[in-house]
Amino acid sequence: MASTTATQAILIRSARSDNPWVSFLVRRGGQFLLSVWVLVTAAFLMIHLVPGDPVRAALGLNAPAELVEARRAALGLDQPLIVQYFRYIGGLFTGDMGTSMITSQPVSEIIATRLPATLQLALLAVVLVLLVSVPLGVTMAVATRGGRRRGLELAFATGSVILAAIPEFLLAVGLVYVFAVSLGWFPVAGNTAPLSLVLPVVALAVGPIAVFSRIIRVEVLSVLGQDFIRTARAKRLAPHRIYSRHALPNAMTATLTLTGLLLTGMVAGTVLVENVFAWPGLGTMIVQSILTKDYSVVQGIVLVYGVGVLIVNLVIDVILALLDPRSTIREA
Amino acid sequence: MSARTAWSGIVRSPLGITALALMLLVTLGAIFAPIIWGAQAEQVNPAAITQGPSAEHLLGTDTLGRDVLARVLVATRLSVVLAVIAVIIGVVAGTLLGTAPSVLPRWLGRPIVGFVNIAVAFPGLLLALFFAVIFGVGSTGAVLAIGFAMAPQFARLTQTLSAAIAGRDFISAAQVAGVSRVRILIRHILPNIGEPLIVNATVAAGSALLAFAGLSFLGLGVQVPEYDWGRLLGEGLNRIYLNPAAALGPAVAVVIAGLAFNLLGETAAAALGGRSARRRHRLPAIALSAASTPGASTPGATQPAQVDGEEVVLLVDDLRVSFLTPSGWVTPVRGVSFTVSRGEAIGVVGESGSGKSLTALAAARLIERPGHVAAARLDFCGTPLMTTSDRAVRSLLGTSLAMVFQDPMTSFNPTRRIGSQLAEASSEHQDITRKQAMDRAIERLQSVRVPAAARRARQYPHEFSGGMRQRAMIAMGLMNHPRLIIADEPTTALDVTVQRQVLQLLAGVRRDTDAAILLISHDIAVVAQTCDRVLVMYAGRIVEDLPAVTLHTEARHPYTRALLEVVPELDADRTEPLKMIPGRPPAPGAFPVGCAFAARCPLATELCRERDPELVADAEGHRVACWHPVSGDAPVPVTIATTADETAADETAADETAAEEEETVLR
Repeated sequence: MASTTATQAILIRSARSDNPWVSFLVRRGGQFLLSVWVLVTAAFLMIHLVPGDPVRAALGLNAPAELVEARRAALGLDQPLIVQYFRYIGGLFTGDMGTSMITSQPVSEIIATRLPATLQLALLAVVLVLLVSVPLGVTMAVATRGGRRRGLELAFATGSVILAAIPEFLLAVGLVYVFAVSLGWFPVAGNTAPLSLVLPVVALAVGPIAVFSRIIRVEVLSVLGQDFIRTARAKRLAPHRIYSRHALPNAMTATLTLTGLLLTGMVAGTVLVENVFAWPGLGTMIVQSILTKDYSVVQGIVLVYGVGVLIVNLVIDVILALLDPRSTIREA
Repeated sequence: MSARTAWSGIVRSPLGITALALMLLVTLGAIFAPIIWGAQAEQVNPAAITQGPSAEHLLGTDTLGRDVLARVLVATRLSVVLAVIAVIIGVVAGTLLGTAPSVLPRWLGRPIVGFVNIAVAFPGLLLALFFAVIFGVGSTGAVLAIGFAMAPQFARLTQTLSAAIAGRDFISAAQVAGVSRVRILIRHILPNIGEPLIVNATVAAGSALLAFAGLSFLGLGVQVPEYDWGRLLGEGLNRIYLNPAAALGPAVAVVIAGLAFNLLGETAAAALGGRSARRRHRLPAIALSAASTPGASTPGATQPAQVDGEEVVLLVDDLRVSFLTPSGWVTPVRGVSFTVSRGEAIGVVGESGSGKSLTALAAARLIERPGHVAAARLDFCGTPLMTTSDRAVRSLLGTSLAMVFQDPMTSFNPTRRIGSQLAEASSEHQDITRKQAMDRAIERLQSVRVPAAARRARQYPHEFSGGMRQRAMIAMGLMNHPRLIIADEPTTALDVTVQRQVLQLLAGVRRDTDAAILLISHDIAVVAQTCDRVLVMYAGRIVEDLPAVTLHTEARHPYTRALLEVVPELDADRTEPLKMIPGRPPAPGAFPVGCAFAARCPLATELCRERDPELVADAEGHRVACWHPVSGDAPVPVTIATTADETAADETAADETAAEEEETVLR
């Protein structure tokens, strides 16, 4: 009893340590683990929340009763719920995400074959978005600061609003029509050649580019209005140095936060775009699995997407804290 | 900020009109399309299967020979209705989740807040897919899935909005009065967050529409024989080689309807946020030309600095600075002329808004658009700044003109080390290595007595104290060989003890380097101690220009006298109220016709109110702009004793009457 209290006291002291980094990492790490636990629990419950018998639903109404029973037993669904829950969590620790209800293939194997294709699309799209929107946003901020070039500002605002309003899967359809069907420059679907990447990546990137360059423009404009920019001008630095050395680093926080949102937003984007292009990734797999009621596969993919989102958020928060320790760490 | 203002704001803006027109189109389509084209959309025609666009079928036909255009139009109703139901589910569930913590006991409320925080981090589509599995594939499942996927966002929104409301006085009053939490929620909080919630729901309806199209397109939403735009899109995509129009038709419909909801919500939000009140003003050609025409009837310009030649560091003649504001052009600096000679220290004093900082910035060529600078002459070290390009004077200004700004906290770049910020001032203009520049930075930091300069150079601005930062700022000015240091209120943001050190430092720099100093301050005592000459500015003009040593004895302008008189002294009777000049200086947009100080001046006559006095020099070069200058030893009739409280209570309108009353009392 005494020792527990002592341990608790130590834990509390370390959490409230003078070093703000320790308390920040403890707090942020705790938040991450809690989120993962909620996610795992939700994914686990998903199968049990489905009305009726999931195995029966998966195998179809005509499947023989013995097969259904055997599959239930194989999946451990005949066990009490709490036993299943701990088995599920225990399995996750060893990389066991269950087996497909239909093909009996291990879910982790399915994910391992599908994940790289999705990651490829998402990461290329993010890189494209950043490569285009950061310079574009900065250029637009510089060109339109202090009410300069009203016409350009209006054209940029209108253009970006319209592009941002088109959802990526509709844009994908449009791109397929123009560049694959009419012009025949790129493959219509599948992942057969490096060229197959072009249309899906562009479809994923256009909307975010429009949104990002607008936000970055506004961010840079607000930085350009700050006192230290006046100081830099008073030093008579060349304009490009003022923008690259003084304005841009201060717009980094916003850019990083946006990059996080962009990466997590890619989950939704890739699911739809993959289905337009019949891309062999997680997105086509999850939709196909939902339609065939292969719940253990859906469960596994939801988990992968969810954990991906949580990891991105964690990493971005830590980077933000590293970049600007004053603001992030002090936030309780 | 009533709903009426918001809606009238929408109607007035062109974007809002577009939004309303699109919305009307979508609504009409949803109501009437199924009635008009319903039968045509269902009509199977085996003779016209999978046709391309034709006069009969503008978007072609589907696999059963049905007209795609009719189907797209008819699908409006189902698509919109499903989206709206989903949003209603989202708003209701979200509001419940968001407000429950404020009503429920803490142990139950906190997990809900935590859950919402976690759920909100996940992309909506992921939540929608999750719920789609639970609720099953089909219209009902998809509506529930999208609705519940939206709930966390609305819960967060409700939390944020009600937290803002909960801090207000009337909520505290209700709590004190013993009103129950549920009642406070229903009677006080919910009505106040309703408006932003509806605006957000409108935008969300657009997203729901797109999400629904997405789910149906994936085959997870609406099922055969029903059809919405997403379903039609999915069917069309399968035959995109045969008939692209069948895929593009529903795509266009989705975008139009989505835009209608989004734009409507955005304009409503903009109108609520008051952004529509910000109007753009065209540049009045007349005002600009008047402001930029040198010497166009300018009383202040009658004394262009005659001194010229090598010894003059800065020559300013009839300097004007104008800004474009929503109410038109204003000119806060109107015809300022002075010279600064080598090694001279000149102080510029005046109240806030007198134009002293703008004068300094304009002289340093640091006014950017939308500001506009005009001057008959503006020469720095013999180079005319008005007619030379930025590029050509960059090196001259970078090496010979140093600026020290008011707030050293915000004037350094927070993301870069002090040393590198100093070093770049040299490396930018001189052909030296990075190492040499850094060594010089450390040396300069030492010269302004920053302790442990080498270590300090590697620190960030936030690791410096205010006084140290201002020292570093001065050191930055010394990185090259300045002939003029413009210090704009360099001590205002500092503690009194540090102020003195910084002023001494500036004086020392001037002694050691022979640089001239232009010291801007609202503190006439500071200027009197530090400078050779004092320029007193009022309402964008120089009203007096005299040697600092004669400031206390020879000041002739009533305003200068008043400024000197209101400086509190250590031996002053503390039971007496603080002295101050009654009234306020006129705003830059509202300068009077005559002398700008007339309204606050006890000596003012009709003449003062009608004509602006010119800045006239006497034999000693003492310049003053006043119709009734005070003579050297005459008593000072201008100071009015009053308390801060009284004046603070005065409204602008009352100022003049108050001043007049006081005036009579004194006489």
